[in-house]
Amino acid sequence: MNKRQFMKGMIVFIAAGPDFATLARAAYAKADSAKAGGSGDPADMGLGDYDPSEHWYGMGIEVDKCIGCNRCVVACKAENGVPDEPYYFRTWIERYSVLANGETEVECISVDPGKQQREPPAENRDVVRSFFVPKLCNHCAHPPCVQVCPVGATFATQDGVVIVDQERCLGCRYCIQACPYGARFLNPNTHTADKCTFCYHRVVKGLMPACVEVCPTGARVFGDLRSRASRLVRMQRMSKISVLKPDLNTEPKVYYSQLDGEVR
Amino acid sequence: MIVEIPRGLPEMLRQVTGFIYPNEVEIHWSILIVVYPYLTGLVAGAFILASLMKVFNVEAVRPTYRLSLLTALAFLLVAPFPLLLHLGHPERSFEIFLTPQLSSAMAMFGFVYAWYLMGVLLLEIWFEFRRDLVVLGGQGRGPLRWIHRALSLFSKDISPDALAFDRGAIKLITLIGIPSAFLLHGYVGFIFGSVKANPWWGSVLMPIVFLMSAIVSGIAMVVLLYMILTALRKEPTDMRCLDTITSYLFYAVIVDFSLEALDFIHRLYQSEESVGILGQLISNKLFVSLFVVQVLVGMVVPLGMLIAAKAAKLDEGRRRLVYLVAVILIQLGIFSTRWNVVIGGQLFSKSFRGLMTYKMEVLGLEGLITALALLVVPFVILAVLLRVLPLRRLEEQGVQGSAISLRVSEVPGVSSLTQ
Repeated sequence: MNKRQFMKGMIVFIAAGPDFATLARAAYAKADSAKAGGSGDPADMGLGDYDPSEHWYGMGIEVDKCIGCNRCVVACKAENGVPDEPYYFRTWIERYSVLANGETEVECISVDPGKQQREPPAENRDVVRSFFVPKLCNHCAHPPCVQVCPVGATFATQDGVVIVDQERCLGCRYCIQACPYGARFLNPNTHTADKCTFCYHRVVKGLMPACVEVCPTGARVFGDLRSRASRLVRMQRMSKISVLKPDLNTEPKVYYSQLDGEVR
Repeated sequence: MIVEIPRGLPEMLRQVTGFIYPNEVEIHWSILIVVYPYLTGLVAGAFILASLMKVFNVEAVRPTYRLSLLTALAFLLVAPFPLLLHLGHPERSFEIFLTPQLSSAMAMFGFVYAWYLMGVLLLEIWFEFRRDLVVLGGQGRGPLRWIHRALSLFSKDISPDALAFDRGAIKLITLIGIPSAFLLHGYVGFIFGSVKANPWWGSVLMPIVFLMSAIVSGIAMVVLLYMILTALRKEPTDMRCLDTITSYLFYAVIVDFSLEALDFIHRLYQSEESVGILGQLISNKLFVSLFVVQVLVGMVVPLGMLIAAKAAKLDEGRRRLVYLVAVILIQLGIFSTRWNVVIGGQLFSKSFRGLMTYKMEVLGLEGLITALALLVVPFVILAVLLRVLPLRRLEEQGVQGSAISLRVSEVPGVSSLTQ
């Protein structure tokens, strides 16, 4: 093979390579969808070769980036069919106002979306600083809700996501009592416990959770803690991280950067 | 999407003070979950009173022995119903037996309950009543006779050997039964005490406080029922029995009061992060039910009355009246104790920044009417049990095993019990 032949071959190979890869992927997906609906194997559910044991999911919240726009709340409710009423949230935003006298005022700005843009009341103009804190299930590595479920309806997946099996849940609500973060509610339609799933149905397909997808400032960082390339791992390297209620030893996997000590 | 919002939620949202997590507006464990530990407490307390006679040979309390056992049974039979009615999916409740999750305190409910009902209470009752059932099954006419025969499981042997075996069995069951009764109610306390997310519940003392208050409520209930029954049947009251039981009751209330005071002082002295919100809780939301009803009306006043009754050497009639009022107040106090634990633990936010309100339904499935019905049904069951089973041993009433040919109506005292 002379130099000219080699160069020609290279050009064809580089151009054709991705095309072949795309074709192969399309063919694989077709074969996959034909098989779909068979067993419970992730490979049979259109998930490709998704292996839960290779992942360990968490979420980062960059508190300084949150502008309290509530888009995540709206997207979450739409994506997951969470009732609109202001008593049911898989994720919500809290606004903290630290006053000059040292007191802290907290308000959930997702309860009444009409009020969300309102400034703190005039008599509280001595606000020293104010910030927003998005809240959601912490998908604890040591989850008290899973411990107390009498029938194992709520469980942690191999990839570290805490979810509820709605076909099995009794609706006894012990998990709601056991959650220190108020992240659970009783779904008024299914009469079973309900909570954030990290949009597990999206994540296993390689998509981002709905709240992360819509966040305009990138305040929410979703990622795989087993992958050094993930944004979440990078965030953990670059920021000072804290978790909520660490003294309860629940080992939350929602990591907050720049979190004020006032936040519980 | 049409959503069935539990009624009262919009109003509860308006009554929130301070900041709460938004999902916390709904109070999840309703008055039915207040009724549940109240019922199991009565069961455990009544059984422990019954055991006093068998294990510690306190002859003075014999007149209440059978009543205690039947009271325990009547309340135990109703105990699962508040839980069942409260579930979002009661039709799945059997899952708790089939696929229990062993790490869950609640998953043990089925096993603890089944063990206590079938391994302890029903067995002891059967051995205790077997002789009388055989005798009554051989005597009467009509359906009651067949009921007696069926309840004795068609056993016929009332030879001295068989009766000795019955007595031995009762002794053994009681010995196993005392720790079981402790388990039944201590376990209910553990369900609450083990919730680390909730500082009002999460206390190692919780199972012990539950137990002591169970003993208090059970003894008080048996005293109340004994007084009502003797009055209804126009029988003489055994004052030695009443004096003995009420002195046990007195000590039980003192221990219960001390434990709760210890818990309270401990929390106050440790003054952890949650002390501020718990202070607001008891001064705003629980002031009446905690300080007035539970402590003052349910403990201090009855204690004072019991002391006064003994110290002033009142005559029988007045003593009976004092005891009657004291045990009714104690019942009220213990129900309030359960309320303060179950409802009180849900009236403050886990953010420790705000308080919620519980608005009790009246007519709903988890409402006041259901709760009252569940509190009345045990008395109905007890009334039925007392129709079928003699409250005093037949031999004490002068009915001998050999007197099988006698008709019930010919036996003095028995006719009024069985008709």
